[in-house]
Amino acid sequence: MSKQHASVTNEHKINYILYLADSTLILSHRNSEWCGHAPIIEQDIALTNIALDLLGQARSFYQYAATLIGNNVTEDSLAYLRIENEYKNLLLTELPNDDWANTILKQFYFSVYQYYLYQQLLNNSDEQIVAIANKAIKEVVYHVRWSGEWVVRLGDGTAESHQRMKNAIENLKNYIGEMFIAADFETALQIDVNNIQQQWQEKVNATFAEATLPLPENIFNHTGGKNGVHTEYLGYILTEMQYLQRTYPNAVW
Amino acid sequence: MVNENNISIATIWSIIETIPDPEIPVITLKDLGVIRDVKIDDDNNIEVIITPTYIGCPAVDMMSMQIMQELAEHGYKNTKVTKILSPAWTTDWLSEEGKKKLKAYGIAPPNQKQIVCTPDLFQQEEAVQCPRCDSYHTKMIARFGSTPCKALYQCNDCKEPFDYFKCH
Repeated sequence: MSKQHASVTNEHKINYILYLADSTLILSHRNSEWCGHAPIIEQDIALTNIALDLLGQARSFYQYAATLIGNNVTEDSLAYLRIENEYKNLLLTELPNDDWANTILKQFYFSVYQYYLYQQLLNNSDEQIVAIANKAIKEVVYHVRWSGEWVVRLGDGTAESHQRMKNAIENLKNYIGEMFIAADFETALQIDVNNIQQQWQEKVNATFAEATLPLPENIFNHTGGKNGVHTEYLGYILTEMQYLQRTYPNAVW
Repeated sequence: MVNENNISIATIWSIIETIPDPEIPVITLKDLGVIRDVKIDDDNNIEVIITPTYIGCPAVDMMSMQIMQELAEHGYKNTKVTKILSPAWTTDWLSEEGKKKLKAYGIAPPNQKQIVCTPDLFQQEEAVQCPRCDSYHTKMIARFGSTPCKALYQCNDCKEPFDYFKCH
């Protein structure tokens, strides 16, 4: 009985770590699409740096998940050889970048979520989760400031930048709630999503007030990402990302 | 500490401490504070513990390779490099010697760690000194730079644009 209980817990833990890894990997991949295309070079560099930080987090989580799974699973097999419905990332992270405003708002929502989530994870009972959260939070706080300052700059900027931010708010409004609807693995790991949601909302409210932007009206939430049910966009991302490894199995640099 | 075959930890340190940082070759891995420990077991297996500056820093793999290679050239074959994340690296571990070398190279060294770890927007960060003319009258151009550990600044007096090794 106790053995069975232990294995269930382990499965939840693995799924939770994969959720963290997948969400950071997919947003990292999205951000890297801006490489060479951002409005000015400094911001091109900013987004690719953030992509690199997120990729570093993803690798740390995948490496840890791989040790828990065993059976010759590696960080690479987790990233390159799982199919769509095995991915557990938030739907928010797989949405297309669209314009600069939409990219910024997506990053801001996610970074603020990560910031309060990782603060909570600093008190987790798992040492390795604490180590990764502790390492990453210093970088995440930098992402919050960079993206938040852009939200204010665009919202309280020109008529066009303001309108584009409003469009972005509209685009993303149904993808916020998923962050705060606990999946089984979050409940099992006693993640307090309500506490994160409260702090997230306060930060977003304060930032939007400064940016003279309206808060999103949230009447419906798309969900499913945490359980492997995705938008059509994820398939395209994985097709591009996994192409080389699928076509030339075991290819290495 | 010396083990039975007289490989001392101090010897290993003396071999690896002069390895240059792959991205900022003017400072060493020791200056950077990324080498956290050296261990030698009873079978003379050498383990070097390193920690990344930033979690996704691609230089870490290069550092591991350089350490293994340098030790191999000194005849030490049974080596491994282990990457740890905790305790998290901070610019407070950068040596005073390293800070001087950075400045001479044209990179402003990090200020003492300050309370920048809050998500408040538009924070006034502590004045960064221009590595060229020593003026504190400088401004940030971009939060991110050519490597994860740097930001872009410009001196308002001598107009020099420069990298700032940001406090972390």
